[in-house]
Amino acid sequence: MTPMTTPSARSPRAEFLGGARDQLPLLLGVIPFGLIFGALAIEAGVPPLGANGLSLFVFAGSAQFVSLNLVETGAPALVMILTIFIVNLRHALYSASLAPHVRHLPARWRLLLAYLLTDEAFAVAQARYRRPPLETAHWYALGTGLALWTSWQLSTLAGVFFGARVPASWSLDFALPLTFLALLLPALVDRPAWVAALGGAALAILLHGLPYNLGLVVAAMTAVGIALATEGRQESLAANSSAAKEKT
Amino acid sequence: MSPGAFWLAVVGGMLVTFATRASFFILPQTERLPRLFLRGLRFVPPAVLGALVATMVADPLAESGFRTAWPRLAAVLVAAIFGWRTRNMWGTIGLGMVSLWVLQSVASP
Repeated sequence: MTPMTTPSARSPRAEFLGGARDQLPLLLGVIPFGLIFGALAIEAGVPPLGANGLSLFVFAGSAQFVSLNLVETGAPALVMILTIFIVNLRHALYSASLAPHVRHLPARWRLLLAYLLTDEAFAVAQARYRRPPLETAHWYALGTGLALWTSWQLSTLAGVFFGARVPASWSLDFALPLTFLALLLPALVDRPAWVAALGGAALAILLHGLPYNLGLVVAAMTAVGIALATEGRQESLAANSSAAKEKT
Repeated sequence: MSPGAFWLAVVGGMLVTFATRASFFILPQTERLPRLFLRGLRFVPPAVLGALVATMVADPLAESGFRTAWPRLAAVLVAAIFGWRTRNMWGTIGLGMVSLWVLQSVASP
């Protein structure tokens, strides 16, 4: 690689504002999502403080929507915690991906950025980490994370109060499966991922009789296992065919 | 769900969510984790989301019957085809909602 002239690092303020600015297109989608969440939380019988508490403490869209479903069906707290954990396992991947870039930061910075590590923040921040200089890039990650955080808190708050006036005939609850569907499609990148999705769907319907929505947890974990086995079988088939080619 | 159980779930949900996000930020050696665990992580979103969509569409069908709930099944299929072709999240949600409203008004005018 030819050495290039190193551009000087940008100021923390410029990085912070740049991160917030680059989050703006995503906010167009996230703010209505927060409004729907606030509205559906009230519809599900969650008190206003509880809806805002979920956004403030859990701060994870999909998991919050799933929680509403569990609150409605009267699931025990442990099932809700376990489900939130499973729905949010994907964040560990984001954490692994960005870890090399934050490892040098003080613990308080790493913990703050971890709290703000949503799908949207990861999507924008990882693009920034491809463009050196990176000395002040953590301010960019903070800016993009806080832009999303602020929008999510305020839109939840607005949705909580607006939601009381949304008629039931609008079938707002249907936005839940539609949103999960829209979030599911980009994850279907190969055959094992399809196996995970279709396996999870089929098993969840089959295991629906299990108490406290435990069917969802068991179905998801089993589907992950089947997807892993499919992937392993694909890899060994590929290895066999390439070995066979070498012999001929 | 009682208020006590709800807030217990919120605090627990906060802790497990923060734990997944902070995991590799605070873990010093990631290469010692089992490979199978790391490989399985990527299948969790499709598995959980697939399970959720299926139960949320199947529930109303089981509860109120196909004759009443068929617009939901039809609307989710329309949204799935559109979403698969465009990968447009808000278009998928918007088209699914509009389809449901139109089909519901057709089903019960």
